[in-house]
Amino acid sequence: MSRFSGCAGRFRRVWGIPVQMVVVMMLRMVVYAPIIGIGGVVKVMGTRTGMGWIIVVAVALIMALVAVLMAVAMPKFKKMQTLVDRLNLVSREILTGVSVIRAFSREKFEEERFDRANRDLMQTQLFTNRVMNVMMPVMMLIMNGISVMIVWFGAKGIDMGNLMVGDMLAFITYTMQIVMSFLMLTMISVMLPRAGVAAGRIQEVIGTNAGVTDKEAVQDERLGQARGVVAFEDVSFRYPGADEDALEHLDFTAGPGETTAIIGSTGCGKSTLLNLIPRFYDVTAGRITIDGVDIRDLSQHKLRSLLGYVPQKAVLFSGDISSNLKFGGPDISDSRMKEAAEIAQATEFIESKPEGFDSEIAQGGTNVSGGQKQRLSIARAIAKAPRIFLFDDSFSALDYKTDVTLRKALREKTGDATVIIVAQRISTILHADQIIVLDEGRIAGKGTHSQLLRECEAYREIARSQLSETELEGGAAV
Amino acid sequence: MSEKNRRQGGPRPHGPHGGMMPGEKAKDFKGTFAKLLRYMGRYKLALIAVMIFAAGSTVFTIIGPKVLAKATTELFNGMMAKFAGTGGIDFGRIGQILILLLALYGVSALLSFVQGLVMTEVSQKLCYRFRREISEKINRMPMAYFESRTVGEILSRITNDVDTLGQSLGQSITTLITSVASIVGILIMMLSISPLMTLIALVILPVSGGLIGVVIKHSQKFFVDQQNYLGKINGQIEEVYSGQNIIKAFNREDAVLEEFGETNRVLYQSAWKSQFISGMMQPIMMFVGNLGYVAVAVSGSMLAIKGVIEVGEIQAFIQYVKNFTQPITQVAQVSNMFQSTAAAAERVFEFLEEPEEDVTAEKTDSPKSADSGETVSGTADACSSEKKQGAVSFEHVKFGYQPDKVIIHDFSCEVKPGQTVAIVGPTGAGKTTMVKLLMRFYDVNSGAIRVDGQDVRNFNRSELRENFGMVLQDTWLFHGTIMDNIRYGRLEATDEEVIAAAKAAHVHRFIQTLPGGYQMELGEDASNVSQGQKQLLTIARAILADNPILILDEATSSVDTRTEIRIQKAMNNLMKGRTSFVIAHRLSTIRDADVILVMKDGDIVEQGSHDRLMEQGGFYAELYNAQFEGQSA
Repeated sequence: MSRFSGCAGRFRRVWGIPVQMVVVMMLRMVVYAPIIGIGGVVKVMGTRTGMGWIIVVAVALIMALVAVLMAVAMPKFKKMQTLVDRLNLVSREILTGVSVIRAFSREKFEEERFDRANRDLMQTQLFTNRVMNVMMPVMMLIMNGISVMIVWFGAKGIDMGNLMVGDMLAFITYTMQIVMSFLMLTMISVMLPRAGVAAGRIQEVIGTNAGVTDKEAVQDERLGQARGVVAFEDVSFRYPGADEDALEHLDFTAGPGETTAIIGSTGCGKSTLLNLIPRFYDVTAGRITIDGVDIRDLSQHKLRSLLGYVPQKAVLFSGDISSNLKFGGPDISDSRMKEAAEIAQATEFIESKPEGFDSEIAQGGTNVSGGQKQRLSIARAIAKAPRIFLFDDSFSALDYKTDVTLRKALREKTGDATVIIVAQRISTILHADQIIVLDEGRIAGKGTHSQLLRECEAYREIARSQLSETELEGGAAV
Repeated sequence: MSEKNRRQGGPRPHGPHGGMMPGEKAKDFKGTFAKLLRYMGRYKLALIAVMIFAAGSTVFTIIGPKVLAKATTELFNGMMAKFAGTGGIDFGRIGQILILLLALYGVSALLSFVQGLVMTEVSQKLCYRFRREISEKINRMPMAYFESRTVGEILSRITNDVDTLGQSLGQSITTLITSVASIVGILIMMLSISPLMTLIALVILPVSGGLIGVVIKHSQKFFVDQQNYLGKINGQIEEVYSGQNIIKAFNREDAVLEEFGETNRVLYQSAWKSQFISGMMQPIMMFVGNLGYVAVAVSGSMLAIKGVIEVGEIQAFIQYVKNFTQPITQVAQVSNMFQSTAAAAERVFEFLEEPEEDVTAEKTDSPKSADSGETVSGTADACSSEKKQGAVSFEHVKFGYQPDKVIIHDFSCEVKPGQTVAIVGPTGAGKTTMVKLLMRFYDVNSGAIRVDGQDVRNFNRSELRENFGMVLQDTWLFHGTIMDNIRYGRLEATDEEVIAAAKAAHVHRFIQTLPGGYQMELGEDASNVSQGQKQLLTIARAILADNPILILDEATSSVDTRTEIRIQKAMNNLMKGRTSFVIAHRLSTIRDADVILVMKDGDIVEQGSHDRLMEQGGFYAELYNAQFEGQSA
């Protein structure tokens, strides 16, 4: 699913609506309109008025009208979508940049930028609406004109004795029905491509392979009582469709009771590495094992039950605090939940809320601050009591002090769990048992802080940028 | 902020749906509509024209059948005459009538066309104006407003609400006029043909009305359900989509699927029921309509035989009856449409009527700070003309976001031009509060903040803010070329000046490696440039702006450390000779600051240089040492 960007995903959902609408209309009209139409035609043939050609003229006129209007308006309709997007984009930019705009006193500039987008949209909408505005009056005129024609030619027929007055009146009614049914069919054929696009998008989502699947014979039983030794054995990974490997030949082992830290510059593949462990992606070459068992031989369910994952950007779900903390399973007790909150340094702010653990969490967790969100997200993973913790730069939203206390508590309480931390700040990982320095997808260094300071140039560079000389020495001395 | 403003816009239906669906109801329907009418006042002439044209067009259409009836009668009489051998069909006469008829229809079409044009014009102009006013309003609102709601919420007013308003307003006004004109006109025409037949036809109305009422009553509930669950399902999808990895990692796929299935099932139930019941509507109407048809035909023939009416008139009457029910149902739909119009209009007005911050110093309420010892309400011009040195002083500043909750109690500090002030503290300590006060996003409760000795309240807000350059953690770049984005700092800067600024920000080389160089368009959210490079661009922008006072808010916390070195270098260039306020997590970056303000729980608890604060051994020392505390653990 990660193939679809957030925006596109939204589109797919929104476009679901026209599909439903069109299906309903189709069932009603596509079935109904031809019956009426054909019925009308049959009856008209029965009247033998010799005026069938009038109907042909009417239908041809209407279709020509719709075709011309569509041809004129369609390009603008398409353009309109981009203009709407553009207006939304500018509005969004203005709203997200309020403080910058004010800081630079660029209010007028933004108003003009908005006005341009606004004016373009208005003009295009004016054009399409004007064109579509032609439709109804002209259509009415055609229909009315047709009935006038029928009366005129009908009168001739009556005069010649081919026709009764009643026949003529019936003919008018039939003609209207036939023309209407053709009109409906034309409308549907206009809407059909739109729904077709929508249906195609739905199909695209449904038809996408999950990518990661369970093997037929999973070997979950081999991990009855998992210890949690995570080993990367010559692991390489390439994103589908990419030209280059994101990770190349990674080899390391993260043992239980130890903290393994991964550090490196942005885009070096730290998060990618972490995402391989819960099998959000499968390795391209090599293998990842837990206690010696290839994770691809485990069921995804079993594998993930061992993991406590904390993403970079905390995600909460609507509900209350306790439903979020107990996300890991129904068997989490209240006391375990509270302990987890304590370790994650979340107890203080939870209890300051009038409803404590029952406080409501809005969709997306918008009613708690970033730091609080992150702490809840960490507590959620701790409450699950996993064998292996995966922290994806999870501490960067916290200030130093909270960061330190939290990690201290975590180490004390989690005991023999395996902890893998991806980090930006060197102070977060200063005391890890093992630090892995990633550089452009490859391991540039492996060891403790002091070892790496001596041996690894890439690490020294990072350290130097964050710590002063004395701090460097202080860290190295331990 | 009033209770009214705090309303959250939950998931709302996408635009206007069918007329039967109960839309949102406005809280104050009458008031909103009165406002809307006043707002449309400037289009008065156009609206009157719309009314006349719409009514005219309808009237001409209504006369049509009656004229056609004359032709039919003429034909019929001609036939009879022919059978009787007394004459024949008078084609000249029929021709005349038909040409008259065509002319009538032509005029009607023309009127309705013109009416549509005018209405389109009015509604589009109205939308345009609403959007424009909203965009201007945004710039006049206090910052607090934006902090209490999401971008999506405000965005939906600009797009959804204004669109709904424009569409439904135009439609509902036209429909209302034509429907009412039709009803009245048709009634008159029917009466003119035969009061008796009119009575018979009208008897049908309550029957069909009653039936429709029953259908609506039963389907309403399902429509409401459908809307609710549609919103709910959208919310669920959004949540699951953004939390995908978490759901997988916590093995919650099944639980989530089950929950979704349940919502989906309810949606399906309500949707098919509502569709089914409303689908029954048309057949019922047709049936009733056909009954009326028969009744009219039978009674009409009897009357014709008696010679009370003419043959053609039966035909005309039948057409009238057929056209009579349509405007009546339309009026019912219009009332629904007006509801959703009012709901949308209400939200737009609500936004436009939010309190604004005063823009110019003249309008400022005279500050209550008696302790400042001088009159603060001086002239704005005196403060704004010359270039500032960048001296900032805080004098006994007292401030709270809510008047009853004071967070900064009594803060004083002198900052000389060119000095660096660092603001540190744990998350949520209120570090940005100081910046907001400086830039007058908020005003102090008492005390004063002075720039070059002048109270900040004496400046026009925008003139005050022109003295500040800003680099924030969330880099803000807009859709446009790199050149334009940097030039945003000083709009009249030449290309050479922009490039010089980019060089000073150490980003010139990088820009040159990009396709198109300075002319490269930055995409939505500028996703084609990395976070660190975006930060460098915003620094270049601040350098170009060349303001005496700088604000750097966590400018390096979201980039990796190697990029940070470059940013730090760029910032050092930027900070040269300017008064800077630096907010930072990373204490190592601010040790060289002239003054460090330490914040905790909203208030400033300590201030001084790094060395002095370390000596004091207070909160700062604790914070600082915490970085390395882990060692002993």
